[in-house]
Amino acid sequence: MSVLDSKIPDGPISQKWTQYKADAKLVNPSNKRKLDVIIIGTGLAGASAAASLGELGYNVKVFCYQDSPRRAHSIAAQGGINAAKNYQNDGDSVYRLFYDTVKGGDYRAREGNVYRLAEVSNNIIDQCVAQGVPFAREYGGLLDNRSFGGAQVSRTFYAKGQTGQQLLLGAYSALNRQIAKGTVTVYSRRNLLDIVTIDGKARGVIIRNLVTGEIERYFGHAVVIASGGYGNVFYLSTYAMGANASPAWIAHKRGAYFGNPCYVQIHPTCMPVHGEYQSKLTLMSESLRNDGRIWVPKNKKDVERIRRKELSPNDIKEEDRDYYLERRYPAFGNLVPRDVASRAAKERTDAGYGVNDTGLAVYLDFKDVIARIGKEAVAAKYGNLFQMYEKINDENPYETPMMIYPATHYAMGGLWVDYELMTTIPGLFAAGEANFSDHGANRLGASALMQGLADGYFVLPYTLSNYLADEIRTPRMSTDLEEFVKTEQEVKDRVEKFTAIKGTESVDSFHKRLGKIMWDYCGMGRNAEGLKKALALIPELRKEFWKNVRVPGGNDYYNPEIEKAGYVADFLELGELIVRDALHREESCGGHFREEYQTEEGEALRNDNDFAYVAAWEYKGENSIPELHKETLKFEAIELKQRNYK
Amino acid sequence: MNLTLKIWRQKNAKTKGKFESFKLNDISPEASFLEMLDILNQQLIDEGKEPVAFDHDCREGICGTCGLYINGRPHGPERGVTTCQLHMRKFKDGDTIVIEPWRAKAFPIVRDLVVDRSAFDLIMQAGGFVSVNTGNAPDANSSPIPKLDADRAFEAAACIGCGACVAACKNASAMLYVSAKVSHLALLPQGKVEAAERVQKMVAKMDELGFGNCTNTYACEFECPKNISVSNIARMNREFLSAKLFAEKPSPIDMGD
Repeated sequence: MSVLDSKIPDGPISQKWTQYKADAKLVNPSNKRKLDVIIIGTGLAGASAAASLGELGYNVKVFCYQDSPRRAHSIAAQGGINAAKNYQNDGDSVYRLFYDTVKGGDYRAREGNVYRLAEVSNNIIDQCVAQGVPFAREYGGLLDNRSFGGAQVSRTFYAKGQTGQQLLLGAYSALNRQIAKGTVTVYSRRNLLDIVTIDGKARGVIIRNLVTGEIERYFGHAVVIASGGYGNVFYLSTYAMGANASPAWIAHKRGAYFGNPCYVQIHPTCMPVHGEYQSKLTLMSESLRNDGRIWVPKNKKDVERIRRKELSPNDIKEEDRDYYLERRYPAFGNLVPRDVASRAAKERTDAGYGVNDTGLAVYLDFKDVIARIGKEAVAAKYGNLFQMYEKINDENPYETPMMIYPATHYAMGGLWVDYELMTTIPGLFAAGEANFSDHGANRLGASALMQGLADGYFVLPYTLSNYLADEIRTPRMSTDLEEFVKTEQEVKDRVEKFTAIKGTESVDSFHKRLGKIMWDYCGMGRNAEGLKKALALIPELRKEFWKNVRVPGGNDYYNPEIEKAGYVADFLELGELIVRDALHREESCGGHFREEYQTEEGEALRNDNDFAYVAAWEYKGENSIPELHKETLKFEAIELKQRNYK
Repeated sequence: MNLTLKIWRQKNAKTKGKFESFKLNDISPEASFLEMLDILNQQLIDEGKEPVAFDHDCREGICGTCGLYINGRPHGPERGVTTCQLHMRKFKDGDTIVIEPWRAKAFPIVRDLVVDRSAFDLIMQAGGFVSVNTGNAPDANSSPIPKLDADRAFEAAACIGCGACVAACKNASAMLYVSAKVSHLALLPQGKVEAAERVQKMVAKMDELGFGNCTNTYACEFECPKNISVSNIARMNREFLSAKLFAEKPSPIDMGD
């Protein structure tokens, strides 16, 4: 085990980023033109990085699996983006956003990174407004805010229930401007299949053209992975169907350490599972918890009558309802952080109070807010979310409370990066959800958009330039070099292997089986016994996959089954690492809840003496146990204490 | 419910396509339309056949990837939803469902039900942006925007770029898409500076890419899953006309000493 250097600059927390920028090396304009940067992914982090680096004058090549960069899954973020503007005069500040984020992450994030994030949050809002992002406004023409979980201020900027789409369209427009100028080239319907390293540095990528099946080689002086998170390892999630961990996992297998893989966010307000054929769980924005109240019946007999459809939730009298979040957490009420709200829902449904036929749902009720401000005002705030709920469930949430249940939503873990967002492979960077960096063990609502754009617009342009300043003497390399040829051959062999197995079971079927193992043993509640079981089951399933998967069709035309096979093959390896990390972390923190470690009241019980570190795993080969490296977390600006939302 | 599906199969843009029929039994009315196709594909894989290729990703109506022409209508029979939000409860037991890709010259077929909509990206590259560099922005609240303008800009910006408007139009016109994009930025003070140049460049690109003309049938608005209004087309026409009328050549840039 080695000790990892996160390269946090010296000095007081509020001066670290300023100092870093003052010391960072620069690249002059004529040299920038000679430097190539490869970016994988066009979500908020990838698109904003590509646009900003293109503006600076680098040669940027950006790749996405979607048919257009505008479709990356950042687009689906609903609720909002945090910033410390304090436009509401309610006591917000950069320090408070920093503090809330570290506390919300259950004291498992790196202080220096989080402070920088809070610092640049205000620039993000300015930038987006200048691009024409149509944020919600008040009648005076100024920007409106709302509240999200884990905060007692209103710092969330939003565009109805589609903040993600509007922010991504902003980044996409900045990207388009650079494409028109020729500084950025976009390659869509392309998959990353491998990363080429030369003399230990990331120097290029091997890409598969999904339409033609052709394998392509690209050189870059640096490579950025901005391909999102790995929540689809659970099969059912709020992620897009194509969301995958492969670029991050490939980077890991090439030598990049993987940080805190067991930190996965289960979002409390999603639509419940309704059938075996289900492909996706749809999120209902956290913003609904501003006004919606979560409850289950107090009495089991009411629960049973509801399940038999003899009673409607509206028949349950006020005194017979258990608003369990308000009961347990009077200070934050329905706006506790996501991990707390999810576990509280699980506690109630485990105790037999779930309200649909599967027993896995609770109510989110808008009766009181409709009575208070009227249906029209509620529609103005949440109309499109209500409509979406009705389309899917055929029930009108203005009249009947929504039914919700937790679902996999976000990965706090990811590629380990230092303060410069560089992985343990020199020249390989990771941004946005793909890295592990800023959210600790639990991400607060409206902070993912903030982090993605912070990394892309405001951090990478400095840190990547600092790296590239030492590369100005490296000429563009030929992609006919041995390293490229060899890596391409390995990739081709793997693709051909998929179609050659000719087994009997579909890729999706394996994915569902893996997802079930992950959810049952490594979901909202985890214990050593279950994790050990998963650690035995996953390698077996992986072996079966490589023997019996059926990938129909050929590989020289558009064949989505080949892409999926690659994703699932990688999930089958990553899943094992997640479980291993969860087993080793003998404490509960944020999204990682070990049933053995809880307080008498059922709250997560951290162990700061033994586990106040980032777990960074090093890949050691296919059937070898990965090696754990630790980055000790130092808390200098914030005092470590047990989280309290009561 | 039991269904008969007639689905367009085509290997790529160069080969000819044809309809293929499939029987599908025991579909739950609670399943989404795309989950119904998942079940079909699972059945095909089990039978050793190639699954039907269709585009989809977020499955929550926002990424704009999915787009099927179902029984003669883009995104199917329900108004205001994308294909992925359509549920089988909108169909009846015994129905025959005809599923085709978007059909437009500017959207060539990739395979089966998948088309290439990169023409939309090219239109955006022609001018669908505000020229502001990162780090170059004034404070977000330095210029108040009337709520009504902001709301209207948002409504136009709600377009998800799925292409249903083009598929719905007998001329395969992209006017609703382009006008939504033009309107979104023209309604905001940040976008006004370049508005005249933007509309001319985007319209020219649209014409160049082979989209048809608008003949005011309003099929686009009717089929748009995000209810984008044709009033955007009127706004774009005004913007375009005034841009042409008052067009001035920019003076050459002074490069300094």
